[in-house]
Amino acid sequence: MAYDKSIRPPFAGLWKGMWATLKALFRRPPTVFYPEEKEIPVPRARGVISLDTEACTVCMLCARECPDWCIYIEGHKEEVPPSKPGGRPRTRAKLDRFDIDFALCMYCGICVEVCPFDALFWSPEYEYSEYSIADLLHPVERLTEWLDTVPEPPALESS
Amino acid sequence: MSFWATLGLQVVAVLAVMLGLALVTIYAELKISAHMQSRIGPYYAGGRWGWAQPLADGLKFLQKEDLVPRLADSTVYRLAPYVVIVAALAVWVVIPFGPSLVVRDLDLGAFYVLAVSSLSTLGVLMAGWASANKYSLIGGLRAAAQLIAYELPLLLAVLAVVVQAGTMSLSEIVAVQAEPWFVVAGVPISAPFIVKGQIIGFTIFMIAAIAELSRIPFDMPIAESELTMGYLTEYSGIRFTMFFLGEYASMVAMSAIAATLYLGGYALPGVPAATLNVVGPFVLLGKVALLVFLMIWFRWTWPRLREDQLQAMAWRWLIPLGLLNIVLAGIFKVVL
Repeated sequence: MAYDKSIRPPFAGLWKGMWATLKALFRRPPTVFYPEEKEIPVPRARGVISLDTEACTVCMLCARECPDWCIYIEGHKEEVPPSKPGGRPRTRAKLDRFDIDFALCMYCGICVEVCPFDALFWSPEYEYSEYSIADLLHPVERLTEWLDTVPEPPALESS
Repeated sequence: MSFWATLGLQVVAVLAVMLGLALVTIYAELKISAHMQSRIGPYYAGGRWGWAQPLADGLKFLQKEDLVPRLADSTVYRLAPYVVIVAALAVWVVIPFGPSLVVRDLDLGAFYVLAVSSLSTLGVLMAGWASANKYSLIGGLRAAAQLIAYELPLLLAVLAVVVQAGTMSLSEIVAVQAEPWFVVAGVPISAPFIVKGQIIGFTIFMIAAIAELSRIPFDMPIAESELTMGYLTEYSGIRFTMFFLGEYASMVAMSAIAATLYLGGYALPGVPAATLNVVGPFVLLGKVALLVFLMIWFRWTWPRLREDQLQAMAWRWLIPLGLLNIVLAGIFKVVL
């Protein structure tokens, strides 16, 4: 007859629980003593969003897709003189303002996904808490600073 | 020194030692519970391992306002914590720490211990009644129901020990356990009652003692998820601290009773009788620490019983088992 696992000795659950807590008692707790000891986030952790201004075309897709409306973008068009004599002058968009309010951001990453020119990146940095909630609005300078902390993208798969 | 000066010194000494033990127990509970849940627990208070956390908590409680609800029966309300703490401390009068280290060796020691330790439930009932709060009242009444249900198995378990030892004096119960049981190759072997057939009695005693202390899995009187904090709901400041300390002091006291009755008290096989007045207290404290750890371990492992399950366990299982245990103890006493 096969051993029926549903039939257990009386109070088996109680002793199982006792064994579990005893084991946990002698296991090393996974606590990280944060200010003294830093937790190392996984490389693709969603810590903070950084911006590459060179790649940004002020297309506003990120601001429009943002569920929290926490991205503020302003820009204007400017005329670029022709690069060769006799050429046609071009217009290009110039970024005036790009702010992300991390007090509103819910770290969904939709802006990073929708950006058609790869101007937004996730950085695993997480230490940017502030005493005043208004300081969580990161202007373009701070967003660019985070760019240095962005990890290398994963290597392409070889076909 | 006059009688009163000696008495005063004794009282102060007992207070200091017992409240110190209660603080140590609170610290042990904090740390052990933390590690059982894969946490660190208190860490910064006091500089190392958070040893000062219970003291810091106590100081914090002392600074809080001592609230008395407007509709409360204020005399009873104010008196209740004292009853609880006195019950926890009075038990120590008869606990022997060594052959001559006992405050008063009463002939009715076992009876006195049970009578006094159940006083704390009276304090709980007073607190529940006087608070003028529905949660407190239900908590207090649950405590009373629990006391009535679990005092009986506790008593029956102790009765079996008394039958086996032939005395109610705690000192003599320890002495009986220290006597040689049998002799192997010329070496007398002694054994505590838990080895001499009182294992069922010890189990009943521990279950009933945890219920008397209303600790998880028998903490219906303060069940947080149903009764906020039960009879403690309205208490704050120093009175809450006294309940808290009293709870842990009675936990230590109950463990000391169990150690004395079942684990041989201050006596340890192999320790020569002449040194027991010095080594005895430490042996007893070691056994108490073991039992306290057991209680903490149960608390952080097992879920709370339902009220009807609690009552069923006492009346349908523990009391018949306790009666059976007495019969067995009697048979062994007569036959052997």
